[in-house]
Amino acid sequence: MSENLLEIRGLHKSYGNVEVLKGVDCTMKQGDVVSIIGSSGSGKTTMLRCINMLEEFQGGSISIDGEEIGYEMAGAQRRRKREKEIARQRALTGMAFQQFNLFPHMSAVGNVMLGLVKVKKMEKDAARTVSEKWLDRVGLLSRADHFPGQLSGGQQQRVAIARAIAMNPRLMLFDEVTSALDPELVNEVLQVIKSLAQDGMSMLLVTHEMRFAYEVSNRVIFMNQGLIGEEGNPRDMFHKPKSERLAEFLKTSSFA
Amino acid sequence: MGYTLNFAAVWRSFDDLLLGLGLSLVLAFGAILMGAVIGLGVAFALMAKNRLVKRPAAIYVSIIRNTPILVLVLFTYFALPQLGVRLGKIESFVFTLAVYSGAYLAEVFRSGLLSIPPGLREAGLAIGLTETQIRTSIIAPLMFRNILPSLSSTIISLFKDTSLAAAIAVPELTFETRKINVETFRVIETWMVASCLYVFTCSTLAALMRALERRLALPR
Repeated sequence: MSENLLEIRGLHKSYGNVEVLKGVDCTMKQGDVVSIIGSSGSGKTTMLRCINMLEEFQGGSISIDGEEIGYEMAGAQRRRKREKEIARQRALTGMAFQQFNLFPHMSAVGNVMLGLVKVKKMEKDAARTVSEKWLDRVGLLSRADHFPGQLSGGQQQRVAIARAIAMNPRLMLFDEVTSALDPELVNEVLQVIKSLAQDGMSMLLVTHEMRFAYEVSNRVIFMNQGLIGEEGNPRDMFHKPKSERLAEFLKTSSFA
Repeated sequence: MGYTLNFAAVWRSFDDLLLGLGLSLVLAFGAILMGAVIGLGVAFALMAKNRLVKRPAAIYVSIIRNTPILVLVLFTYFALPQLGVRLGKIESFVFTLAVYSGAYLAEVFRSGLLSIPPGLREAGLAIGLTETQIRTSIIAPLMFRNILPSLSSTIISLFKDTSLAAAIAVPELTFETRKINVETFRVIETWMVASCLYVFTCSTLAALMRALERRLALPR
């Protein structure tokens, strides 16, 4: 039994003939806040999406609290677990998306409640109480009955974060959550993430906000062409990059 | 021009026209209800990745949509009994219109499914919902809202298609009109009144659908 929260070993993923992940290894402990940076096409988002099986992967393994995600061995044959089992495993992680993906026909509180009622089988009243608590936590209790179409991008993203967190996941995955936002709305979302991190939530973030990655994470991973190019604590990574690639990447990114 | 309009004969048989209209509505709603069930299943089948699911659905849609409805009505009523399937006039017509509307509604539903961003399914998966839960709680309600305008015109179109039941002597509105016409020789008056009844019913249906659309509109 490992003490690691997340353990990724030799992760391989291809789309047809294009190999996107070429053997990624990564571990996280409870309470870690890890940022993944790198240029587009380096495999950051794909890696994140493999962790909750939104992408299938062809080789390697991912486990959360020692439990293997998505696949099992039947003799020598590797096969996908049953859909019900995968659905249960997906709830071990929470995910926030670049495009928010709120359900447009449900109010903010309805969005947060859905998983609690359908997956956790909570009573509606109890689910509502929990949902309101989390909406309050992201500063949107007063908007509980608003629909996504009535909320700003930043507010939608905060509801989406509340929706994920309310499920009480072991690990939160953030996939470029501020990339689709107007500049003046970025900060409110980053503040929410930061305060969750301070509360000890384990999280893995794909981000282009270098300054934020520097401030919030205790470890930074630089992905390059489907492999981990370099990793370390944010100070070393940003101020003393070892590899040429990372130095180049930091020069072209907005980190100053 | 020696023709003087005289509606008296038509008014005397107006009850028959109304009964005919009632039957037209029953035929249409029975068929559309069954057609919606068929159409929903076929729409999901058309979107499936598995070719064994997708192909038969596509063949069904293409055969039905490329055959005139009158031919289908006559085939079901006259040809199927030769193959040992015996249905009454009304059952036969409702069955035909259901199969026919299934193909059209499948396309309407499919267009609604295509307009739903794939990210919503992923968001559902990410909180641990199963595919079935995603379909019932997220996809279906959104699709239904998206298609209301085109659903409205499809329903009206299918309602008007019930007039073809006259071809196999189902006593719906068109059949009743022809009967009164033959009995009274008031050609212009009878067909004029029947047309008005069709127009009135169709615009009422359209208004109801618009009201539903407004009611279900998402606040923004």
